Amino acid sequence: MPFIANTDLERRQMLEEIGLRAEDLFGEIPKQLFCKDLKLPEGLSEQEVRNRLAGIADKNYINLTLFLGGGFYDHFIPSAVHTLAGRAEFYTAYTPYQPEVSQGTLQAIYEYQSMMCRLTGMEVSNASMYDGGTALYEAMMMALRITGRNKVIIDDSVNPIYRVMIHSYTRNLRIELIETSNVSGLANREAIDKALDDKTAAVMVQNPNFFGCIDDFTDLAKKAHDKGALLIASCYPISLGILKTPGAMGADIATGEGQSLGLTMSFGGPYLGFITTRKQYVRAMPGRIVGKSADARGRRGFVLTLQAREQHIRRDKATSNICSNEALCAMTALIYLSLLGKDGLRETAQLCADKASYAYERLTAIPGVKPHFPAKWFFNEMVLDVQMDAAEVVGKLIEKGYAAGFPLSRYYKGMGNSLLIAVTEKRTKQQIGMLAEELEAIL
Amino acid sequence: MKLVFEKSVAGRRGLRVAKTDVAEGVHIKPELLRDDLPLPELSELDVVRHFTELSRKNFSVDTVFYPLGSCTMKYNPKVCERIAAYPGFAHLHPLLPQLRLGGMLTQGALQVLYETDLWLREICGMAAFTMQPMAGAHGELTGIMMMAAYHRDKGNKKKVVLIPDSAHGTNPASAAIAGYTVKAIASDENGLMSVAALKKELNSEVAGIMLTCPDTVGLFNPHVKEICDLIHSVDGLAYYDGANLNAIVGRVRPGDIGFDIVHINLHKTFATPHGGGGPGAGPVGVCSKLAEFLPISLVVKRQDGTFALEYDRPKSIGYIAPFYGNFGVILKAYVYMLMLGKEGLLRVSENAVLNANYVKEKLKDYYDIPYAQVCKHECVISATRQAANGVHALDIAKALIDMGIHPPTMYFPMIVKEALMIEPTECESKETLDTFIAAMIEIAKKTESDPASVKAAPITTPVGRLDETAAARNLDIASL
Amino acid sequence: MMVDKQARYLRTHEWVKKGPAKNMTIGLTAFAIEQLGDIVYIELPQVGKVLKKGDIFGIIESVKSASDMYSPVGGKVVEVNAVVPDNPDMLKTQAYGDAWLIRVEPSAPAEFDGLMDADAYEKFLQTEAH
Repeated sequence: MPFIANTDLERRQMLEEIGLRAEDLFGEIPKQLFCKDLKLPEGLSEQEVRNRLAGIADKNYINLTLFLGGGFYDHFIPSAVHTLAGRAEFYTAYTPYQPEVSQGTLQAIYEYQSMMCRLTGMEVSNASMYDGGTALYEAMMMALRITGRNKVIIDDSVNPIYRVMIHSYTRNLRIELIETSNVSGLANREAIDKALDDKTAAVMVQNPNFFGCIDDFTDLAKKAHDKGALLIASCYPISLGILKTPGAMGADIATGEGQSLGLTMSFGGPYLGFITTRKQYVRAMPGRIVGKSADARGRRGFVLTLQAREQHIRRDKATSNICSNEALCAMTALIYLSLLGKDGLRETAQLCADKASYAYERLTAIPGVKPHFPAKWFFNEMVLDVQMDAAEVVGKLIEKGYAAGFPLSRYYKGMGNSLLIAVTEKRTKQQIGMLAEELEAIL
Repeated sequence: MKLVFEKSVAGRRGLRVAKTDVAEGVHIKPELLRDDLPLPELSELDVVRHFTELSRKNFSVDTVFYPLGSCTMKYNPKVCERIAAYPGFAHLHPLLPQLRLGGMLTQGALQVLYETDLWLREICGMAAFTMQPMAGAHGELTGIMMMAAYHRDKGNKKKVVLIPDSAHGTNPASAAIAGYTVKAIASDENGLMSVAALKKELNSEVAGIMLTCPDTVGLFNPHVKEICDLIHSVDGLAYYDGANLNAIVGRVRPGDIGFDIVHINLHKTFATPHGGGGPGAGPVGVCSKLAEFLPISLVVKRQDGTFALEYDRPKSIGYIAPFYGNFGVILKAYVYMLMLGKEGLLRVSENAVLNANYVKEKLKDYYDIPYAQVCKHECVISATRQAANGVHALDIAKALIDMGIHPPTMYFPMIVKEALMIEPTECESKETLDTFIAAMIEIAKKTESDPASVKAAPITTPVGRLDETAAARNLDIASL
Repeated sequence: MMVDKQARYLRTHEWVKKGPAKNMTIGLTAFAIEQLGDIVYIELPQVGKVLKKGDIFGIIESVKSASDMYSPVGGKVVEVNAVVPDNPDMLKTQAYGDAWLIRVEPSAPAEFDGLMDADAYEKFLQTEAH
């Protein structure tokens, strides 16, 4: 057994030294509870396992040219990101409960928190959540705690994957969830206005929204605040290289999915949920938080702080049941943002927008392809109507080697012809041109 | 050491962005743009040095013995990391299976999810699993949501979830967040939940019970089957918190005991890295009567041998993760299980239990042992004897640091005073355990001869003990 | 001073005293403060909040613990001590004096008489400490 050190002889010696027989180790367990015959195969060598898994990996199609996004993107990842995040001192450590021997992880989390605040224009951040969906749910729960109210408005331009998650999570709770329906590509002001009252805890919106449109929630934040409600903005961190921050719009809580910050797509996880807010709400914020401190000699150091809010102390009164974060994913995002830095992130975001703009021009020039929404500004994703069943179009283009986008009919009624197309900095002019040619050939 | 922001030099860069081949500088309306982007400016080498230096300030399993009780800090095999980085897995977009015929594009990934499910079913004796929960606590919430769905479906009016007082804090937190009232059951003098105490709280309002088995003091409750039967007698459900599965893996199956819902921490029993506090994965298994409530979607195997995702699940609790769970983590656990096989699993629990008992017996003359019986994969010792000299569990933990050992879990379980909870795991050799035991004995002796030196520890670390009160009072959690 | 003879008590270690005027003053006992250690945070209600006897009126946190504080009597909160949250160390020396927490206009003043008096609370503390 490569992962177990002790030999049979050593085991016998150890038992002898402590005066036990092998059968004593499990002696208190009633006999009838033992499993007689586990129907599992014999173990394999590393060589066998690697061959087998290489074969399984080959069954996955990763050579498609991806125009598929929907909140999860194929961005370029510099080599240093995984070299550094892959250091065993980071990934084989646990939660930094002993600060003196965890300053690496602790300082990194403090830097991550700082980085996310700077990116979103907010004042405080936690150490990360599971993913963008659970982060949005936790932001909503925060707003309920802060306001003491139980009604929430969510625009349907918020990622539908997150909305279905929130529906599932709130099923056992007394929460009135109102979904406003999108018509223009931007959050539906009229419907939100109508639903917003002094029982509302939060208005939840997304920028760029699920359709890729760029919105400005300054007006919504003001309206929400006038009624004593909070504005929660889910956002796409790469876009914040150029776009106005949730903080600048007056949002109270910003959340989002951090996968685009140097994490591979990995078929859905592990990802990184982030949550940032105003200082006054810090105690209502769930999850782990790292704070700055000093030792007796005045040396700067970092510790887990505000732990008393958490489940291991507060038990059934905790702010959330979450008791971990996605520390290694947060580390990865921090390293990615440190490497890209100010210019790198801005240029990456600009490149995404430029290429998406080119794709928009190229694709809407095809007869029968039209933008679905009148909204003028989009970041790196767009909704185009293709005059026939978008799901069928996607199916045909897969045969040509393109994941051409995400057909919206799965989540939106009456959008059967609509295709959500994403363009990252990795796509080339040539790939975009080829997609356009193949699409034109089908229509 | 400076913060990454303090190392920033205007104009430096760590990335050259690829040349654009399209028209540059799309003009988005200026009101929609941000003014300033206050990120650091560093060269690639600056960044590499910074994070390499940070990494050296950590204790980790690859560098030191890490007997952190209830966390199962076992060795994380390198092959698992390598396979998770195969492009065929790492670069797979999660929305592909939702495209027309897209399931055929991800057969390898679906196979991994399906086969991991089969392994876990067999190991736990359950009928079906969901791979979606992204951590143990997330698995608990998922399990309790299924408990609620079951009772709602049957029209049961249930309000209360029973939890032993020794339980980890996530149990009551999860139950409360799912809308239940929590009632704590007292442990008896042996550290076990007593059947008599349970009977007192048992009534028709009880939705279920959450148990860790072996429990949080590292003991196997011989009455666990009786407890499950009692819960079933009021149509309650028995929830198995798999935090301590490593102790009995391959030997005793929660499903055979009578548990209806099980969550497993893949980052404990199945060796996926803890990552400094995540990501983990917390798959949840259920008995057959609960299978219809499992989250959407589920991987199924068709008659032709291909795999598909099933979305049409009318009684499901819905979506609890964006996709199929932390696939990268599940994949590592799958590789680990393939390598261990049946025999390996038995070896795991045998060595984990032997190592814990070896440590406990070797320390019993020097520390108080609150529960003398044979323990499972971890043992609890108490520093009450040392506390009489003013040296507390915390001080002993810090003294271990100076000897190059990561401290055990301190002050947990809460029902033991001055608790130190030691979980060596099966991976560690007799020499490592002997070194640890010698260090613990040396500290115990020092608490009598020179208690001040123990209280001064650690002195070998980049920083000494940090002022946690000041950190909480003068909150500084971001450098802006 | 572990107890104040003028005050009445809850088993959860809150005290209440009559005054000023018809109002009542509520705080946390010296015993509780000693148990908590260094206080890092205190959350108190807004003036105007209506409490029933036994309602949670605030939260007190030390580094390692967080506790709810329960109101010994029902009533409307008329005053909140804004000084204590910024100077939590006051609690260590003036638990029954300047470090009071809230004042209420009692809805049923007779509730006061039903509470533990100082002697009973002291006895209760002795059993608590074994």
